[in-house]
Amino acid sequence: MTVLDQQTQLDRTAERAAFRQGLAHFARRYPLGAAGATIVLAIVLMAVLADWITAFDPISTSARDSLAKPGGVHLLGAYFMGRDMWSRIVFGARISLAVGIGSTTLGCLIGVCAGLGSGYFGGWLDLITQRLMDMLQSLPLLVLALVMAAALGPSIQNTIIAISIPLVPTVARVIRSNTLMLREMPFVEAARAIGMSEVAIAVRHVLPNTLAPLIVLATAQLGSAILVEAALSFLGLGIPEPYPSWGRMLSESAAEYVRTAPWLVVYPGLAISLAVFGTNLLGDALRDALDPRLRH
Amino acid sequence: MGRYLIRRLLLMLLTLFGISVIIFVLLRIVPGNIADILFDAAGMVSAADKHKLEVELGLDQPIVIQYLHWIGNLARGDFGYTYVSEQPALQEILPRIPVTAKLAGLALLFSILLGVPLGILSAVRQDTALDYVLRVLSLSGLSLPSFWLGLLILMGFVQYLGWIPIYNEKPARLLDELLLLSIPAAAVGFRSSALVMRLTRSSMLEVLRQDYIRTARAKGASPAAVNYDHALRNAMLPIITIIGIEAAFLVGGLIVTETVFNIPGVARFLVDAIRWRDYPVVQSLVMFVAVVVVSVNFLVDMTYAVLDPRIRYEN
Repeated sequence: MTVLDQQTQLDRTAERAAFRQGLAHFARRYPLGAAGATIVLAIVLMAVLADWITAFDPISTSARDSLAKPGGVHLLGAYFMGRDMWSRIVFGARISLAVGIGSTTLGCLIGVCAGLGSGYFGGWLDLITQRLMDMLQSLPLLVLALVMAAALGPSIQNTIIAISIPLVPTVARVIRSNTLMLREMPFVEAARAIGMSEVAIAVRHVLPNTLAPLIVLATAQLGSAILVEAALSFLGLGIPEPYPSWGRMLSESAAEYVRTAPWLVVYPGLAISLAVFGTNLLGDALRDALDPRLRH
Repeated sequence: MGRYLIRRLLLMLLTLFGISVIIFVLLRIVPGNIADILFDAAGMVSAADKHKLEVELGLDQPIVIQYLHWIGNLARGDFGYTYVSEQPALQEILPRIPVTAKLAGLALLFSILLGVPLGILSAVRQDTALDYVLRVLSLSGLSLPSFWLGLLILMGFVQYLGWIPIYNEKPARLLDELLLLSIPAAAVGFRSSALVMRLTRSSMLEVLRQDYIRTARAKGASPAAVNYDHALRNAMLPIITIIGIEAAFLVGGLIVTETVFNIPGVARFLVDAIRWRDYPVVQSLVMFVAVVVVSVNFLVDMTYAVLDPRIRYEN
């Protein structure tokens, strides 16, 4: 290898070591956050490796195993027509995560555009956007998502859209207040002085500096998104058949089997709670790590 | 104070107007109008009949006229007719309001009684083991889906006490009704109490950092005096705004909990109306919810302005 190659190799090794050290530092200082991150990671892995860690097809039925108790072949028990609980939970993780991450990403994307535009350019755009955000935020999250889900009809894409819209105002608000602060900074003035266009300044200078609070917000919104999806599916207006969804699993089992098969109610709810708990822990720790003075 | 009040009132009206437009537009995004849905449900196919229905429902008029009709009716207290029972929607909604109000009130009470003391405790003992435990507990409270908590409570009652606390008919005495409602209220209120606990804690922490607290301690005031006479009194103000935030939070919890516990309230009626595609009722109900939430926030803001003069003069 040439000297240049060797140098690049050393740099890369040093970078990786620094990254690992940074992670270890984070874990030591914010044990709760590390725990949260581990939970989230575990659920993501569960969703990704779904095919390998389940023995049954989540949709296939088997009347013989109907309402089997946990233990034995069906690790966590089975449903009314013999659908395996563990498989449905694992594949449900895929759906819940997909919808949660999808809607959070969409909501953050729209929110960032709205917040950045309204904060940076001000004027009429700011006024109108602010009023619109206020109106959207006046309705409770679930109500707005319900109305949208009802209007659009049950399907995975529609659920993602329905959940993302109520998330937009919060994101827009945070990004806007950050943008307002960053707009006055000297480096923006300097960029203007060398002739950068306003749009370029907004995108290439202001935007990257809003990423830190955005990440914190996104993890919190992810928790909310998962909960709203569960509630929508529970009410029958979210993820449709035959996709497994933790929320819908709870509504399917609620009335009839409460007495005879309590595990049907325990495990899906536990899955939802764990997922949201993990994201909340991680979000809290990230917020403390990135800016201890940040409070809302 | 008067000018502040008028400005906030106008803002509130503008917000409500905007919300009504948003709701109206949202429910008409999907191509195909309500007549199509009704016709599919009833299995009729005659185009002439459908057109007659459209005229009857006023669907053939431009959208702006439809919107004005709706708003005009709302102002007069006419919530439209439910498709399902063909009665004026107001008749269906009004008897359901008291139940939801009682449930919401109990949940609010529960959340404040549980959340505020724990929040204060957590703030006063910051960074101790107790604080950590309480924080994790509140976080897990926020992570629980409230309908799951409701289901677990139902299961517990069925398993260990043998009876189901479901609202089948209205109990004779008010006390009985409140006792019956206190169980779902606990389910809804638990999640709210976690939120209240966190907000109380951060508000209390903010106050405890202030200089006058340090002065009080330096003067030799006892911890009790510092915490309660000085800190708590000032921390109470943001807690009032918490009630405003809670109103919105509670509605979501009410929707699912009323479904789980079979309570004949306004929130469950909203879900039913959505399921039956009863769009006029859905519109009016959502508007009603929005009015309630916005009004509560408005009242909270006014109370805050009365209690803290700085707010009035800052604007």
